[in-house]
Amino acid sequence: MPYLSGKETVKELRRALSNPNIQSDPLRYRNTVLKVIRAMSQGVDVSDLFSEMVKACATVDVVQKKLVYVFLCCYAHLNPELSLLVVNTLRKDCLDPNPMVRSLALRSMTNLRLPSLVEYVEQPLTAGLRDRAACVRRVAVLGWAKLHNLQPGSEIDGAVVNELYSLLRDPDPVVMVNCLRALEEVLKDEGGVVINKPITHHLLNRLKECDTWGQSEVLRVLQRYRPQSEDELFDILSLLDSSLVSPHPPVMAATLSLFLSLCSSLPAVSQAALERVRGPLLAACGSGSREMRFTALCHIQLLLRSIPGLLGEHYKRFFCSYAEPAYIKRRKMQVLVELVNDENVVMILDELKGYCTDVNTDTAQTAISAIGRIGQSYSDKCLEILTGLLGLKQDQITSAVVQTIRDLVWACPQCSDAVSSALEGCEEVLQDSQGRQALLWLLGAYGERISSSPYTLEAFIDGVRSETSMELKMELLTSTMRLFLCRPAETQDMLGRLLHYCIEEERDMCVRGQALLYYRLLQRGIAETRNVLQLRRSDPSMGVLIGRPAEPFSQWVSSFNTLEPLKHCSVEVESTSRGSPEHLASIPKSNADLPDDLDCRQLEMVHLGSDGAAQRLGCPAGLPAPGAEPSVTLSLSPAVTPEEFERLWTQRRASRSEQESADEGDDGTWIEDTIRCGAVPHCSPQSLHAAMQLVNIQTLAFTPSHSLPWKVFLYTHTWRADASCSTLVLGELLYAGELNPKRPAEGETEGNEQTQATADGDKDVKVTLRQQPHDVSALRVFLSVLTTVLHTLSSEVESE
Amino acid sequence: MISQLFILSSKGDHLIYKDYRGEAGSDVIDVFYEKVTALTGDQPPVVMSHKDLHFVHIRQGGLYWVATTTADSSPFSIIEFLNRLSGLVKDYCGSLSEKAIQMNFALIYELLDEVLDYGYVQTTSSDVLKNFIQSEAVSSKPFSLFDLSNVGLFGAETQQNKVAPSSAATRPIQSSRDPGGKSEIFVDVIEKMSVVIGSNGVLMKADIEGEIRVKCYMPSCSEMRIGLNEEFSVGKSQLRGYGAAVRVDECSFHQSVQLDEFQSHRILRLCPSQGEHTVMQYRLSDELPSAPPFRLFPSVERDSAGRLLMYLKLRCDLPPKRSVSLLPEGAGLSQELSSPDQSAELQLQNRTVFWKIPRLCGGTQLSALFKLDVPGLSSASMLEVGPVGLSFELPKWTGTGLQIRFLRLSPVHPGPSQRWVRYVTHSDSYIIRI
Repeated sequence: MPYLSGKETVKELRRALSNPNIQSDPLRYRNTVLKVIRAMSQGVDVSDLFSEMVKACATVDVVQKKLVYVFLCCYAHLNPELSLLVVNTLRKDCLDPNPMVRSLALRSMTNLRLPSLVEYVEQPLTAGLRDRAACVRRVAVLGWAKLHNLQPGSEIDGAVVNELYSLLRDPDPVVMVNCLRALEEVLKDEGGVVINKPITHHLLNRLKECDTWGQSEVLRVLQRYRPQSEDELFDILSLLDSSLVSPHPPVMAATLSLFLSLCSSLPAVSQAALERVRGPLLAACGSGSREMRFTALCHIQLLLRSIPGLLGEHYKRFFCSYAEPAYIKRRKMQVLVELVNDENVVMILDELKGYCTDVNTDTAQTAISAIGRIGQSYSDKCLEILTGLLGLKQDQITSAVVQTIRDLVWACPQCSDAVSSALEGCEEVLQDSQGRQALLWLLGAYGERISSSPYTLEAFIDGVRSETSMELKMELLTSTMRLFLCRPAETQDMLGRLLHYCIEEERDMCVRGQALLYYRLLQRGIAETRNVLQLRRSDPSMGVLIGRPAEPFSQWVSSFNTLEPLKHCSVEVESTSRGSPEHLASIPKSNADLPDDLDCRQLEMVHLGSDGAAQRLGCPAGLPAPGAEPSVTLSLSPAVTPEEFERLWTQRRASRSEQESADEGDDGTWIEDTIRCGAVPHCSPQSLHAAMQLVNIQTLAFTPSHSLPWKVFLYTHTWRADASCSTLVLGELLYAGELNPKRPAEGETEGNEQTQATADGDKDVKVTLRQQPHDVSALRVFLSVLTTVLHTLSSEVESE
Repeated sequence: MISQLFILSSKGDHLIYKDYRGEAGSDVIDVFYEKVTALTGDQPPVVMSHKDLHFVHIRQGGLYWVATTTADSSPFSIIEFLNRLSGLVKDYCGSLSEKAIQMNFALIYELLDEVLDYGYVQTTSSDVLKNFIQSEAVSSKPFSLFDLSNVGLFGAETQQNKVAPSSAATRPIQSSRDPGGKSEIFVDVIEKMSVVIGSNGVLMKADIEGEIRVKCYMPSCSEMRIGLNEEFSVGKSQLRGYGAAVRVDECSFHQSVQLDEFQSHRILRLCPSQGEHTVMQYRLSDELPSAPPFRLFPSVERDSAGRLLMYLKLRCDLPPKRSVSLLPEGAGLSQELSSPDQSAELQLQNRTVFWKIPRLCGGTQLSALFKLDVPGLSSASMLEVGPVGLSFELPKWTGTGLQIRFLRLSPVHPGPSQRWVRYVTHSDSYIIRI
C-alpha cells in the first residue's frame, strides 16, 4: 500500500488487526503487526491503533510480542489509561518460565515511561534482582535507574540501593557493570556511586571478565578514586598496564584518562603512559573507519600540546592518503605542522607541497597555510615553495599564498626581502578580496622595496568605485598612506584622489571616517602623521618562534576522551593560522603604542582629556599599581554572537547580585568605572564602531546618538603572551544624561566606587566590565585602551 | 551513554529510530539531517551539536548511523559501537544497504533492543545475541552457492569449483541455523597498501596494514587453529627460520585469541563466534619485502599545437600469472583525449582523467597517451599536473608475504563443513608523483 496516505494506511491496518480470520492465523497476524511497525518507522502516525495492538500482545509468539512491545513503548505516553491493560500481560510474562520472555517483559515494562505505572512495576523489579537468569538481573538493575529518573526528586529507597551495591558482586560481569551504571544514575545527587578501596579493588580484579564496553565504563567510573598510598597507586597502574596498550580504542582511551587523573601529581609517570599509548593511538589513526581516524587525530592534537616531540619520528603516518575526505586531510596537516623537526622537515615540506595543487581548494589552502606555519621556523625552504606556487598563476592558490606570506612576514620580518621580490605581478591573478587585502597590507608595509608598488596601488585606486568590500577599502587607505610616507612623489596624486573619493562620495561610514581621520592627520603635518602611522612590521610578542611552549597536562586532561576535542580544536587552530596581523593589536608596556593605526601616545598628546587612565583606574577597583604592565593583546576572534553575549551578560549579572559585596565571583571580575568624555554619546554609532574596531574592540549594540540613557555593549578578548592565558571581556557603556549628576542607578551599589561622583559627573560615561577568567592586569590594559579611544572620539566630536 | 539511535538513508529517509532514554523528541532526526547536509567541505562532520544534544555519526554502506549523546561521553566508545553495530547488522542481514535494512527492520529493532538498554551497551557479541534474536533475516535475493558460472560444462569438476564465489561471504549468519545451511568458515587475509613514489622513482613511503578476518557460519563453536608462516617475525630485530623472513612491525590480536602456541609455532588458537571478526591486525612500514607492485613511467609535455601530452607507461612487477582487476587512475587537469584500448574518461568537475584497466597480468606493461586541450596552457601549468593515484585489488597476493599454512578445526565437525582461505591486497592510497 505504498500509495495510500497515512490515514488510509491506518484504517486499512486497523481493519486487518481486528479481523478474526487474521487473528486466528499466527503467521498472518504477525505479518500484520509487522506492517504496523514498518509504517511506524517510516514516520506514519499509527498511534490510533493502540487498543488493537494491546490485544495483539497476548500471544505466545515471541517475535510478535517483541514487535508489539516496540510499538507500545513508543506510544504509551499518549494512552496512559490503555497502557494499564498492558501491565497485566507484562506482569504475567514476568513469571514466564522462559528467562528471555521474563527479561523482555521487564524491559518493556520499564520502557513504557509512565509515572502512573510505577507502583505496578516495583514488585516485579524487586523480584527481578533475585532472578536466577543473569539476563533478567541485567534488565532489572537498569530498570531501577529508569524508575528513579521517572520520578525526579522522589525518595531513594535505601533497601534498593543496598541491594544494588551487593549486586556489584554478581557473578555476571554485565550485571556488575549495569549496577555501576544504575547506581551512578540513582545517586546522581550524592555524587554518584561510592568508590572506596574495596569497591575499586573488586572492580579492578574483575576488569578482565568484562567486554570492552564494560571495561571502558568501569575505568571511567574509577577516575574518581584517589589511592591512599603511593604503593597502592603503583599497584593499580601496573594492573592497568595491559589495557593501556589494548587494541580497542575505547579501552585504551579510558585507561589513559584514568592514568592521567591518577598521576596528576606525577608528570613523569604521565609522560611514560603517553609514550606507551603511542602505538595504539597510531593504530587508531590508521583504522579502517574514517570517523575513528578522525577521533584519534583530534586526540593526538591534544597530546601534542603537552609533548610536542611525542610523534616526531612517526610523521609518515600522517601523510594524507589519496581518497581521504578533506576534514581528515586537514587534521593530518595540522598534526604534521606540529611534528616538524630538523630531520623530517624536508620530507614533510615535500609532502605538503604535493597537496598544494590538490583539486579540492580547501585542502590546497590548508596545505599552503601549513607551509606558512612551518615557515616560522624554517623560513628559507618554505618561502622557496611559496614563491614557486605564485608562478602557477592560479587565482585561488595565489590568494592563499599571499595571505600566508603576509602572516609569515608578520611573524618573521627577516624574510621580507625574499617576499618583496616575489610579489610582482600577483595583482593580476588575485580575484578574492581577502587575497587582495593581504597584498595591500604587504604593499603598505614593504612598498619602498617593491619598485612597482605605486602602480599596483594606482590600479586599485582607479577601481575603487566598483569595489564592494569595506575592509578592502580601509586597507587600501592605510596602505596608500604608508606608501605616501616613504614614496611621496609617486603617491601624492593618487592619495589625493583616493581621499577625495572616500570623503566626498563613499557611502560606507567606516571608510569615510577613516579617510577623514587620515585627512586631519595630514593637516597636522607630516611628522605627526609619520608618528601615528609608524608601522609595526612584526608581532612584538614573538621572538624566534620554534613551536609553542609545552602546556601542562592539566590544560586538556578534563576534555580528553570527550566530544570536546572533536568539536573545538579546529576553531582554535583556525584563529592562529589564518588570523591576519590586523586582527591582533598588541599593547605592550604602559600602552605606549598601538600598532598599525592608532598611536595612543600621540593621541594623548593631542587630546588633553586623557588625564591618566591608569591613575583613574588605580583607585576604584583596587587594581595593582601601574607600571608593571605585561604585554596584552586584544583580539576579536572568536566572535561572540549577540545571543551569547546576552546570555553571558545576564547570567553574570544574576550571579553578581547574589554576592553583592564581593567584587570578584568565582568565575571572573566585575569592574565599574567612569570615563570623563561627555561628548561621546553625541558621535555617530558608525564612527564609534569604526574607532573601536581599530583597537579590536567589537561593539555589539548601541542606542542612537543623542538618546538618553545612551548605551553601548561591547566585547573583546585579551591575550597575554607571557602567561599565555586569554580572557573574555564584556562591557557596557552607559550615559544617563546631564540632568542626572549621580551615576545612573543600576540596581546594585558598590560602596567604594560611589565616592567618585564629582561636580563634573555629568560628563561621565559609566563603564561596567565583566571579565572571565579573572586577570586584573589584562583588564587594566583593556580599560586604558578603551579610555584612550573614548577620549579621542570625544574631543573629535567637540571640535567639530 | 546513548540517548537515541537512528539510521537514515543518504536521502534522509527515516529507516530505523529508537529512543532509549526519552530525553528528546523524534524531531531531532530532521535537525540532524539539516545540519549534516548544510556542512561545507572543510567542516568536520563527525560530531555536531544542537542545544544540549550531540550527534555522533558514522557513514557505512551509504547510510547515516547516528547516536545522540551528552558532551562528556567518550567518542571512541560511541564510534566504535556504531561501527560494531553496523557490522552486526551486516552479519545478520547479509549486506548493508538501504534495501536490506528496510526488509529486515523487525530484526534490527530486535537487535537494538538487546544490544543497548537505557542507552548503555549490553553486549555486541554474536554468541550471546544469537540466543535472543528470533526473527529470520530476509535476503534481498535468494542465495545460491551454485551460481551458474561456477558449474563446469556437463557438471564436470573445474578449477573454479575450488574457489568460493565472492558472494558466498555476504549472506546472513542466521540462515546457518537451518538444517540445510552450509557450515562454512572464511579466513581472509586483507592487506591495504599505501605507497608514495616520488617523481624520481624513489619510494618515499610504503606502508602495509593488514588484518586476518574470520567469518564464521558454524552454528556451534569449535576450536580453530590458524597456522601462519613459520618465518613470521614481529619487530625489527627478530628473525626466524631459514627462508625469506616475513616481517611486520607491530601486530595485535583480538582478545579471544589464545597465543600460547604463537611464540613457538606461530599458531593462533581461537573459538570463533558467529559473524565477522578481525582476529589479528598488523602493520609494516617503510621496508617492503618486495618491490612495489606497480611502477609508472610518465612524461608530460606540451606539443607544438599547445596541447598537453601525457604519456603514461604502467608496469606491473608481480610474478606472472597473477592478474589484477580494475585499475582506474586519476591525474589532475582537463579536456579532450585520445587513448588506446582500455577505457578512459575525463571528469571535468574533478579535473581528472580516469584510465580504467579491467585486467592486468603480472610482468606486463601498458601505455596510454592522453592529449588534452587546455586553454591558456603555460609552461608553469605543467607543474600543476597532479599525482597519479592507483586503486587496485590484487587477489591471491599479500605484500608482506604472510600466508596461512593451515586451518584446523577441532573437534572435527560432523557433516559437511567447508573452509576457505582468501588473500587480497587493496590499495589504500597508491600515489605516484609526476
